[in-house]
Amino acid sequence: MSRLAIIGIVIVVVVVVVAIFAPWIAHYDVGATNLAMRYMPPSGAHWFGTDSTGRDVFSRVVFGARISLEVGVIVVAVSAVVGTLIGAVAGFYGRWVDALLSGYFFNVFLAFPGLLLAIAMVAFLGAGLNKLIFALCIIGWVGYARLIRAQVLKVREYDFVQAARALGAGDFRILFVHILPNAIQPLIVQASLGMAGAVLSEASLSFLGLGVPPPAPSWGVMIEEARDLSTLQAAPHALIFPGLAIALTVLAFNFIGDGLREYLDPRQRRR
Amino acid sequence: MKHKLFGLLRRVGFLVLVVWTVVSLVTILIELVPGDPAVAVLGEQATPEQLAQFRAKHGLDRPPFFFGFPQDANGQRHFRWYGLDNRYDDYWVAILHGDLGKSFRTDQPVISLIFERYPATIELAIAAMLIAIAIAIPLGVVAGKNRGTLLDNGLSVIALVGISLPSFVIGPLLVYVFAVKLGWLAPSGRFDWSDIVLPSFTLGAALSAILTRMVRSSVIEELGEGYVRTARAKGLSERAVVYKHVLKNGLIPVVTVLGLQLGVLLAGAIITEKIFGWPGLGLLLVEDGIGKRDYRIVQGCVLAISTTYIIANTLTDMLYRWLDPRIRVS
Repeated sequence: MSRLAIIGIVIVVVVVVVAIFAPWIAHYDVGATNLAMRYMPPSGAHWFGTDSTGRDVFSRVVFGARISLEVGVIVVAVSAVVGTLIGAVAGFYGRWVDALLSGYFFNVFLAFPGLLLAIAMVAFLGAGLNKLIFALCIIGWVGYARLIRAQVLKVREYDFVQAARALGAGDFRILFVHILPNAIQPLIVQASLGMAGAVLSEASLSFLGLGVPPPAPSWGVMIEEARDLSTLQAAPHALIFPGLAIALTVLAFNFIGDGLREYLDPRQRRR
Repeated sequence: MKHKLFGLLRRVGFLVLVVWTVVSLVTILIELVPGDPAVAVLGEQATPEQLAQFRAKHGLDRPPFFFGFPQDANGQRHFRWYGLDNRYDDYWVAILHGDLGKSFRTDQPVISLIFERYPATIELAIAAMLIAIAIAIPLGVVAGKNRGTLLDNGLSVIALVGISLPSFVIGPLLVYVFAVKLGWLAPSGRFDWSDIVLPSFTLGAALSAILTRMVRSSVIEELGEGYVRTARAKGLSERAVVYKHVLKNGLIPVVTVLGLQLGVLLAGAIITEKIFGWPGLGLLLVEDGIGKRDYRIVQGCVLAISTTYIIANTLTDMLYRWLDPRIRVS
């Protein structure tokens, strides 16, 4: 594994630990406002300072990790399962099934700007965590489906698959017992990059006011609240720390994804 | 020739199919609004007459599709065929006449609102692309020529950081430094030529990182080709070899990414326009459409952005085939 991938794993482990133990790590109530303490710079009492309503930025960044990871894990899990099933069916059955699924559905979904589709869906459905997750799953499954379809197309031609068929195995058994276990390895890379994408999309939609509604401590919401000129002037830390949290988390998942890709495909090593 | 014509027809056919799907999706979206769109727009305090008048004015009292399952007096749902008398058909007929409906709030035609804002978005996307190219080509060439060195590794990390930093982090940080601290540029708006600098840099940052990585890979690949050895053997300077020969061939895949990214930039402009109050399609969508629950504007903007995206992708695909004959043959 490359050094960058290991750095990525370390950062992700830290973010996961912070998210799990958030109530013990955060010193203050994330929603507790205190106007007398607003715009406080970073100090011993408030490590990351306070925001425009006197809330502790560190505590909010810590709890924000929970929202980001929760969205990321659910979106990646659902998208990967749905995408794998659809991709496997398209690749395994071929002919008109493949023409319909990959020739039409995959291409139509890929021909659409993903973020725009998510924005449109949440705009009409209304903001909220569940709706945001739903919208991100709708745009997320295609990447997995396309990947698995290509893998299944390759693996289904292998001798052991022909042998299983000769021994009388049914379609279900061949697909789920013989082909899929040998086809899902690249899914790990896609899932890692998908986590980065989901964390980023959650923050983007929350920033636009279409994700987790305030005062929930989503990193995107925190940035939106900190970007007006008076807050920027008085408390740039209220923007910098959640921004750093997003950037580091996304960077870490990208590092892991890139590292895994190189690890699994030696041809790509330091190209 | 026959193959070419068939290929072109196939691509145009697919384009039509995708646009049809997008229009259908956009018309269905309004059905997703929880409850009644009229109540969502006018509010709970609106009288039944006002609601009925609003529905009639915007065609919301008509059946949404060719068929439906309306409730009868006993609350039971039954299948009913409406034929061509439906909103889906209306929307199509209107679109083919260049009409995207009227704003729920201001009664202005959505198409004129879109045409008013479109130039600002295109201007921003093109400026972002030019900035990205200006950054990516020199950095990618330097990284590719110095493959595996500290310089290459450093540039690769910078590129990954660029990809990972979202525009809503870069944008406000640029505002903080260049508008709040240094006072060099305006924090928002589109009044002066210099107002485009911060938004286009914000929008182009991620693209420049992606392009840097691509140019690097292309340069590495091309440097290993036979024609590079020939050029060097002819006594050409390294600069001429790289910029005249290697880049010319190496930029082909970059052109594809650029074309595909034009669409991504248009979609990404939604966030950048919100950060900088840039009066483009994105701001129209977010503030006038989503912010004021003007669903007609949302429909129109989604349609305009996605159609531009799809056409840009198709043209890129055709350009790519024209640039690289190997793809045409395969």
